[in-house]
Amino acid sequence: MAEIMANGLARRTLVALVENKPGVLARIASLFRRRGINIASLAVGASEHSDLSRMTFVAEGDPSTVGHIAKHLDKLIEVVEVSDITDNNVVWRELAMVRVRATQESRARVIQLANIFRVSIVDVGAEAVTMEITGDTSKIDSMITLMQEFGVEQVMRTGRVAMLRSALSQGGEDGEYGDQISSNINTLEGFDSGSV
Amino acid sequence: MMIKTGGQIVCEALVREGVDVIFGLPGGAILPLYSTLGSYPELRHILVRHEEGASLAADGYARASGKVGVCMATSGPGATNLITGLATAMMDSAPIVAITGQVNRGAIGSDAFQETDITGATLPVTKHNYLVMDTRDLAATIKEAFHIARTGRPGPVLIDIPRDVQAAEIEFDEAEYDKPVSLRGYNPPTTADEDAVAAAAKLINEAERPVILAGHGVIISRAFDELRELAENAQIPVVTTLLGISSFPDDHVLSTGFPGMHGMAYSSLALDHADLIVNIGARFDDRITGDTKRFAVNSKKIHIDIDPAEIGKNIKVEAPVLGDVRAVLNQLNPMVNQTTHTEWVQHIEHLKAEHPSLRIRESDDLLGQQVVKAISDATKGDALVVTGVGQHQMWAAQHYQFKNANSWFTSGGLGTMGYEVPAAMGAQFAHPDKEVWTFAGDGGIQMTLSEFATIAENKLPVKIAILNNNMLGMITQWQDMVFNKNFYANSYTGNPDFVKLAEAYGIKGISVTRENELEGAIQEARDHPGPVVLDFVIRAEENVFPMIPSGQSVEQLIEESF
Ligand SMILES: Cc1cc2nc3c(=O)[nH]c(=O)nc-3n(C[C@H](O)[C@H](O)[C@H](O)COP(=O)(O)OP(=O)(O)OC[C@H]3O[C@@H](n4cnc5c(N)ncnc54)[C@H](O)[C@@H]3O)c2cc1C
Ligand SMILES: Cc1ncc(C[n+]2csc(CCOP(=O)(O)OP(=O)(O)O)c2C)c(N)n1
Ligand SMILES: [Mg+2]
Repeated sequence: MAEIMANGLARRTLVALVENKPGVLARIASLFRRRGINIASLAVGASEHSDLSRMTFVAEGDPSTVGHIAKHLDKLIEVVEVSDITDNNVVWRELAMVRVRATQESRARVIQLANIFRVSIVDVGAEAVTMEITGDTSKIDSMITLMQEFGVEQVMRTGRVAMLRSALSQGGEDGEYGDQISSNINTLEGFDSGSV
Repeated sequence: MMIKTGGQIVCEALVREGVDVIFGLPGGAILPLYSTLGSYPELRHILVRHEEGASLAADGYARASGKVGVCMATSGPGATNLITGLATAMMDSAPIVAITGQVNRGAIGSDAFQETDITGATLPVTKHNYLVMDTRDLAATIKEAFHIARTGRPGPVLIDIPRDVQAAEIEFDEAEYDKPVSLRGYNPPTTADEDAVAAAAKLINEAERPVILAGHGVIISRAFDELRELAENAQIPVVTTLLGISSFPDDHVLSTGFPGMHGMAYSSLALDHADLIVNIGARFDDRITGDTKRFAVNSKKIHIDIDPAEIGKNIKVEAPVLGDVRAVLNQLNPMVNQTTHTEWVQHIEHLKAEHPSLRIRESDDLLGQQVVKAISDATKGDALVVTGVGQHQMWAAQHYQFKNANSWFTSGGLGTMGYEVPAAMGAQFAHPDKEVWTFAGDGGIQMTLSEFATIAENKLPVKIAILNNNMLGMITQWQDMVFNKNFYANSYTGNPDFVKLAEAYGIKGISVTRENELEGAIQEARDHPGPVVLDFVIRAEENVFPMIPSGQSVEQLIEESF
């Protein structure tokens, strides 16, 4: 999952266990913002502890800066645990709802394709159907591409949720191993502050 | 159970934290708290003239005493005025607790009179902050705040308390004060992993040209004896960072100055020639490394630091050691072989002789360097020294010969002009019996000189040495050396007469314009029992040397030619 994107930025996945209190997200967002890291997706929800939430971030930015962000997050008092799981064996899923135009003529084919992808149809209207897709990003991407020919009216994606595989599991089609980012050093040009 | 107001709970919690001085200035939103403060004589409240003075004084107090500095302000403008001091403390890891008033709970978010979202505004400049919405949470919050401020990598913590939370009366159980702090997301390390220490010891024992880079972490951890033991045992030259000054005595044979942008040439060269840098509590700041790709490329690095996020942040490290400096050195020292490194130490001596960075040239006009040296000589390196930011700060760092541990207080990371007067005030409150000198710029001093009144009012015997070049000297230097002599917005033609100004506050003022007046004036100031302002009118067109221009490396080091 350690992707280096076309623009040279890195994309990494982090999972954090945080206090379920007001303002925690703002603290976290402030850390990302300060360092020019884009939060490509964020999923927050309850965890196994009643007073802690679990967050999955997909963060994009300068490779060394994103590579270091987990350490900064860990300094926040309200972040109880954080790991950069980019290079770990993880299982991860994303959910998307996609509303596709489906007229009388095309509806049968839309539904057929949905079935092939094991996607469920959750709402059917006169002119469109809404499907629910769960899977890895590429599965969702290809489903959406496939549906373009019918007309994609709306897409709503949750962003990744990720979990480390348990010790005995053998990994799966989406348990990717990424390349380690080669350096742990800030490589930004003009690193000196240049100020008096 | 007793009935208590929020204000009383705050005061009692502060007493239990051992607070003896609070720097603050009241306003509507914090008046309920102020109305109880007077009933607690243990809490000496110092009424400042500007809230920035309060936060910077708390910073100076904290660094000098090793205790948590406390400041207070009202909501809105009072709270925002604290911010520069909080940012200063954040950058240099100084423990501060700031308490601010907030508008009533019901008015929060309504753009009420003097409402500022101060927890939002201070997110990036505090280690942590709180908005306390329930009087019952006050005691625990204050305890937590002090714990967070002083432990691990210290830093500022802000507690914002709505007016009605201060005023509310609740049934209160004293046992609340004694509940232990438990924060599952906060477990700063103390001792280090044995293997990490062993790896570091191995590198030290194998090194032929080791240098210790002693940083502020040594001072924060009060590891002066442990540092000295390591250096002496293996005969390792010690360079300090700007903030590590006074972690190791300047008159020690192994003392090798401070490196970097305005450090001594022999310090920067020592780092460059080394085969091992033992970084003890320094964060490889860009004023030391310059171009990170060309910094000390011949050496391996050990980095002892309490903050995991500092390790590998700027410079690749072969042996990271996560822990408190003192605890780690106690683990490390027994594993380090006694050696001499004779040739290497001789090489360093040679560098010192070849590059006499502290030589002061002859001059008809008074030089800032001469002033610092004269004060250093007169006080025999025994004073607590504070500075502003700029050329005078660099000359103070270079030419004052520090004898005592933790006797140098300067704003390094934020470079806060205006630090000189309030921080000196804080240091003097921390050590009423010690001699405190502050080196001020004529620029910086005008940012916070409203605190002259506070100094006079409290009869603090601070000696304020203005190195008056009638300009923003450091700006002039950059325009001269980096911006092709394109001088602009750098000179102060309308400076006040600082002697008269001092006298207006009832402070003794002395003007000095010639080198031969130095000794007498300094003696007169030292003999005077109260505060003194010395206006040293120094040569204006004077640059600080050595200099490694921003983002460059030791190859571009510029030295003064004689
Ligand atoms: C005009 C100007 C010029 C400057 N020029 C120079 C220059 O030439 N040379 C120079 O050195 N600096 C210079 N500075 C200062 C520079 O900007 C930095 O502030 C300074 O180098 C930082 O020193 P430090 O890393 O020791 O301290 P800090 O920034 O305070 O860092 C302390 C480090 O120690 C760690 N630490 C804290 N407590 C502990 C503990 N108990 N145990 C273990 N680790 C701990 C922290 O996590 C941190 O990593 C200049 C500043 C100004 C304003
Ligand atoms: C609050 C603040 N504003 C601006 C600066 C940028 N700055 C750095 S040094 C300097 C000049 C300081 O002048 P002065 O206090 O007279 O000291 P000198 O350099 O002349 O010794 C300035 C403006 C700063 N560090 N802090
Ligand atoms: Mg000046």
